[in-house]
Amino acid sequence: MIAQRQVWGETLLELGATDERIVVVDGDLANSTKADLFAAKYPDRFVEVGIAEQNMVGIAFGLSTLGYRPWLSTFGVFLTHRALDSVRMLVSQTRAPVRLAGAYGGLLNGSSGKTHQDIEDLTIMRAMPSMTVLAPADEYEMRAAVRWAAEYDGPVYLRIARDPVSPVFDAGTVWTDWSPRMLRDGDDLTIVSTGVQTTRCAEAAELLAARGVHARLVHVPMLKPLDSGHLVDLLGTSRVFTVEEHTKIGGLGGLVSEIVAECPTRPTVTRLGLADGWSESGPDSFLLDKYGLSAARIADQITQRMLER
Amino acid sequence: MDVRTASTEELEELVRRARWLVVSTVAASGAGHIGGPLSQMDLLLALYFNHLRIDPGEPLWDDRDRFVLSKGHTAIGLYTALALRGYFDEAELATFDHGNSRLQGHPDMRLLPGVDSSTGSLGQGLSVGVGMALGARMQGRNFHTWVLLGDGELEEGMVWEAAFAAHRFGLDNLTAIVDRNRLQQYGWPPTSDSHFDRRDPWDGKDVPSIFRGFGWRVIEIDGHDHQQIDRALGTATAARASTGQPTVIVAETVKGKGISFTEGTYKWHNGIATPEQLATARVELGIKDTVEALR
Repeated sequence: MIAQRQVWGETLLELGATDERIVVVDGDLANSTKADLFAAKYPDRFVEVGIAEQNMVGIAFGLSTLGYRPWLSTFGVFLTHRALDSVRMLVSQTRAPVRLAGAYGGLLNGSSGKTHQDIEDLTIMRAMPSMTVLAPADEYEMRAAVRWAAEYDGPVYLRIARDPVSPVFDAGTVWTDWSPRMLRDGDDLTIVSTGVQTTRCAEAAELLAARGVHARLVHVPMLKPLDSGHLVDLLGTSRVFTVEEHTKIGGLGGLVSEIVAECPTRPTVTRLGLADGWSESGPDSFLLDKYGLSAARIADQITQRMLER
Repeated sequence: MDVRTASTEELEELVRRARWLVVSTVAASGAGHIGGPLSQMDLLLALYFNHLRIDPGEPLWDDRDRFVLSKGHTAIGLYTALALRGYFDEAELATFDHGNSRLQGHPDMRLLPGVDSSTGSLGQGLSVGVGMALGARMQGRNFHTWVLLGDGELEEGMVWEAAFAAHRFGLDNLTAIVDRNRLQQYGWPPTSDSHFDRRDPWDGKDVPSIFRGFGWRVIEIDGHDHQQIDRALGTATAARASTGQPTVIVAETVKGKGISFTEGTYKWHNGIATPEQLATARVELGIKDTVEALR
């Protein structure tokens, strides 16, 4: 298992060898985000801005006007909150090819607690016109996402998890698109997930199967743009559960609900994720369990909701 | 690419004409800023006519000097400069702020070639300029990057993030100009010794010294004196690739400059001139009934 941040750093290092357009603009966190790999090899294309995230975005945008394809290296929470006004005007409104690498996405950030947990990033970035929003499931999909984003001529937000997860894809998987992917079939209910939460949903589906409940699992690696028709086709069952390491407000659950609301054959959607409140510091296992995102807690919540029907 | 096209007298004439275009265009469109576009106009036209290495016929020329209007709300001033310089026909100014126009309320680089950066949310432009100047150095290009800031805008913290970075990167190919007109949209009540009808936002603070403290080279001028402006702009670019220091030109200006009723009052930050006021402005700016094309 390799952490997504490590994969991000390694992939940029690989791409940097042939793609001179790649620059990394860091906010004094390169040794956390793993941009330090790139910095060590390509110091001339590594810009250390310091602790000033708005300025990072402005500088990256300025560089993009000269043909560079800058990657921003900091914690996602600072990009999607502190620097949001700069992202909005200079990146989203100009459709600039700036890549927002949101490290330490979600709840699990090494016990830093709620100040650094970016649990609203998908809601916020999804609301930005022209923004592509990517949340890969594991190390393999992350590598492909970085490579795809490097070639894409527009703004990208990439959610990057801090800690390693058990892969759901095979090392050799080759993807031809970023539309929702069905990872497992089942006819009792459909779980829709995104980001590394998908790996825990895969485990939850196993637990459910052991109880005789057969869940289909759909992973959404790119929340925007999204082929909603394809997603509707994949929903398949009359019960849909969205699961995300993110607030239940406006993220994946919001996205699926918006699509389903306009769908004639309307399945029932239950959103699982963080309630409307802040979390806390703690080890990953503690947080996942307390906030209902561990495989066991997901399986239990789904079982409970299915019985309530 | 051409520079040095206007004499001081020609510039002063162009500035009068530009000020008229600002006030009359805003009146015709029914919305827009006045005070800032008028205070910055001498600086802007000196730049566009005599200092920027640009080609209006090829607005996206790779090696052009970059100009970022960080105080994006004074867009009509920039549009006027671009029109007079030949980027587009002066008649297009009449579309300002209208629907389907390239001349948006704040400059949009994706709509109007000649605008090097979209701006509008104050405080962001200097960071953009740092990125451009840094990129120029990384690519071994010799162009100069200019950023025009308002003094009210200096209240935004992001400006100082950029000021910090510009010095640390040693960007002597970057020049900021502060349109120091000492008034903002509303500001604070005047003190007994206030020169204007609202307090100077930087009252009791020394703007040039603050920039010096951030490691910048500072030039202080009268932003309406074309000899001083010309010398300062020339000095700023002469430093490129030699001092390792960014330059700021702190230009003392008068908000609403050039028209008696708009000068030195916060109330004309934006506004629509009445027909009577337009008539007054026209006389004061020396605009003849039949205006000969200046470009």
